[in-house]
Amino acid sequence: MTWLTIIIAGIVTYFTRMTMIALVDRDLLGERVKEVLAYVPSAVFPAIIFPGIFINNYGAFIEMNDPKIFGAIVAILVGYFSRNVIATILSGLSSYWVIIFLL
Amino acid sequence: MLTKTQLFSKGFLAVAPHMFSVIPFGIICGAIGIELGFDPVLVYAMSIIIFGGASQIVFLQLLSGGASALIAVTSVGVINSRHLLYGAVLSEYLEKLSFIKKLLISYIVVDQGFAESNKFFMKNKTEQHLHYHLIGSGVTLWIFWQLSTLAGIVLGSFVPEELGLKFAIPLTFIAIVVQDLKKIDHVIVMITCGLSSLLFFDAPFKSYIIISPIIALFVAALVLRLKK
Repeated sequence: MTWLTIIIAGIVTYFTRMTMIALVDRDLLGERVKEVLAYVPSAVFPAIIFPGIFINNYGAFIEMNDPKIFGAIVAILVGYFSRNVIATILSGLSSYWVIIFLL
Repeated sequence: MLTKTQLFSKGFLAVAPHMFSVIPFGIICGAIGIELGFDPVLVYAMSIIIFGGASQIVFLQLLSGGASALIAVTSVGVINSRHLLYGAVLSEYLEKLSFIKKLLISYIVVDQGFAESNKFFMKNKTEQHLHYHLIGSGVTLWIFWQLSTLAGIVLGSFVPEELGLKFAIPLTFIAIVVQDLKKIDHVIVMITCGLSSLLFFDAPFKSYIIISPIIALFVAALVLRLKK
């Protein structure tokens, strides 16, 4: 039963990936829609970023002095000026660790 | 003009730095499945059949909590519905591929691969074999996802939870969008999405993950209209 559920979940997921690439003719999308699509990364990824920072493992809001907020600010600054993905991730993680382990 | 191999390598190199978040997340994902008491083969099969980190974890948590199969499948569908937006963006660059190739390439469209390949596509629209960049990024993410979930299943959570490695996930996506903070229209769209995701966090089926992008895209349309 669990196997069947996984297979159906896999098919559903595959359709979310495939539908717009293989089934929907791009000409069906109007010019306005195509212009708006340029904003997809900015419109989607904060929905992963914000809860990942501001909501804890138990689904509650974190305190304003939570180390994750500090880590995120460091990552944003380092990322903005270095343009380097590894530096962004590691600076965010390490500044977070400094607070939780050393302070 | 770049060769197919060059494009593939560029795709690989573009997502390689994200392994700092993909690998720990994969290990966590595999380990959670085992902790919840699922058959290791089943937990691993999900990495091939579903191939979507967050949705795999939610799926297992729901089933182990006694939720019905319908609820579990719906949640996976809702969480992964964001791929529809990625597909709509990518279709511009994949238009000329044969139907079969489109079917195959669709399987490897994931967040980081989409993000990095899309950045490359926007700057290199005239390249002939652009899709090899997406294959490079997607295949790389696929292989590392398989290996890391497998590691989590076999070794358990050998990375101590106190390290808080889940925090690498928001950081990886900060790295993806941070340069767009230079553009005020993008900043407005990002803040709209982020605040909406917090506001709708408790909406059923984790639907905040698609509700907030839709709201943000409406705001983007509004911003575009004002810019003209």
